[in-house]
Amino acid sequence: MSHDTLPRPTRTLQPDGGPAKASPGRRRHWTRRANPVAGLGAFVWLVIVLVPIYAMLSASLTGADKALTGNPLKPPTDPTLDNYNTVLGNGFGHLLSNTAIVAVAVVGIVLTLSVPLAYVAVRTRDRWSNAAFRLFLVGVAIPAQAVVVPLYLLIAKLDLYDTLLAVILPTAAFAMPVSVLVLVGTLRDVSEDLYEAMALDGASPLRVLFQLTIPLAKGGISTVVIYSALQAWNGFLFPLIFTQSDEPRVLTLGLFNYVSQFGVNIPALLASVVLSGIPIFAVYLVARRALVGGLMGVGGK
Amino acid sequence: MTVTVEKARTAEKPPTRHANRAGRPHAAWALPGVLFFTFFAVVPMALALYLSFTTWDGLGDPRPVGLDNWKKLLDDPRMTQSLGLTVVLTVASWAFQTVIALLLGVWAAGRQRNRAILSAIFFVPFLLSSTAISILFYALLDPNFGIIQRDTLGSQSGAFLAIVFVGGWQFIPFHTLIYQGGARQIPEVLYQAAAIDGAGRYRQFFSITLPQLRHTITTSTVLMVVGSLTYFETVLILTKGGPGTDTAILPYLMYEAGFKTYDFGYASAIASFLVLAATGLSIVLVRLTGFGAMRSTREGM
Repeated sequence: MSHDTLPRPTRTLQPDGGPAKASPGRRRHWTRRANPVAGLGAFVWLVIVLVPIYAMLSASLTGADKALTGNPLKPPTDPTLDNYNTVLGNGFGHLLSNTAIVAVAVVGIVLTLSVPLAYVAVRTRDRWSNAAFRLFLVGVAIPAQAVVVPLYLLIAKLDLYDTLLAVILPTAAFAMPVSVLVLVGTLRDVSEDLYEAMALDGASPLRVLFQLTIPLAKGGISTVVIYSALQAWNGFLFPLIFTQSDEPRVLTLGLFNYVSQFGVNIPALLASVVLSGIPIFAVYLVARRALVGGLMGVGGK
Repeated sequence: MTVTVEKARTAEKPPTRHANRAGRPHAAWALPGVLFFTFFAVVPMALALYLSFTTWDGLGDPRPVGLDNWKKLLDDPRMTQSLGLTVVLTVASWAFQTVIALLLGVWAAGRQRNRAILSAIFFVPFLLSSTAISILFYALLDPNFGIIQRDTLGSQSGAFLAIVFVGGWQFIPFHTLIYQGGARQIPEVLYQAAAIDGAGRYRQFFSITLPQLRHTITTSTVLMVVGSLTYFETVLILTKGGPGTDTAILPYLMYEAGFKTYDFGYASAIASFLVLAATGLSIVLVRLTGFGAMRSTREGM
């Protein structure tokens, strides 16, 4: 991660920005000392991270007939894209567009509902808004697994079974607790003086929300966008239980179905895994700073 | 005594009154979010509790059976095994992920170029969904195809370790990121003071870095404990709870009872138990961390 990836907290004493006495030599002493033991550990982890990825890429380029005889760690002798064609010919595009729809809808719902909620929780602080905040604080611990049976019943009664909405609505609801906590954490740091300045101007709560709170909560909001989009993108349980047919099938469930569909054709299965990772990887290449910074926000500041 | 209290009150009043006019929206702003979350998470939770006292195969109407499901739950040897397994899995995953993520995170907090590049690579596994990662390792651990030409998933310890490893492979990047963020917030001046006192690298790590990271450790732990329930996909795809029932953690057991044998009453009893355990745990953790207190982490600095 490069030097400018994250804003440094202002209270950190920065030797380079400090008085002239902090010579480059002294700075090296505190922050730039090489650490061979840690370096070795990091190298070991690098191997652990890269070997499965390498084996996946290499196997996905191997012909299905050769896969069972060769060593997956050897580079393929004559690479082929056949496996990728197999996957793309099996409705991969449809899975991808369904997943994109789910992700966009979930982000939209989560933002619309969580931003006013966090705003109220931080600013209003009366009995009701505190109760609302507590609900989400405890709600963090409700595991999605624990409610699938009754949700299945609810979804069926609402006539939503086997539709994209059956995936979108519960996914959005379960992305809300963390989103609210992240936003509350961000909004707590907005200074009281700014609100008072707006108050002197006679601004309405709505104007304060759009002109002060939302612009200052950008960091938290981008965290929420990334977090809820990933929840939607990676969600597996809700699609598994609330959908059945090809029509509303999303990527994760599609991958799961490929396991039985492709059977022993492991190269094709791995090609589908590679393809499923490409969209997020592309986002990572283009907007690594935003993605990583946003996710860092999920764990607090 | 009374006088000081009175004084403090009058001193506080004017800003409060100003702020009342702006930026303090009515608590009703939180209502849409609260209702949405209640409908898709809280109501299903209550329904799960109700269904746990009934017998229902998903077709007719649920029939009340009193405490039968709960009695069955207590007598079921699979349940006892599953509960123990879930706890051991959570603890093992926590230990594995915390040790590596903490060390990598502190290491990655340094601003050297090589650390930045490696951190960017370390993050890549997190870009894949749990489903994709589970399928990847399902393929790589295949005894005929995989890297290890042995039936790893066929043995009890092999299957268990595989689940711990795969979970770590996926989530360590995320927790590393949290620790990296935490480590970067430690005031440099502490290390400078320690260096002047002659403290070496390891002494600094144990006397400054670890104590300063205690909030980060709690945050990361909460996320890991709650997140360990999402191992459902990993278990479903990698081992299907096997060999036998040796890796059938609670969510998997519930899934089987509900959606394989259609015993929704019993599944709901397991689900209710899961909710009680998770909520209890979360309340304890929230109490311990004091996150509920409406305070900014920057206050008093």
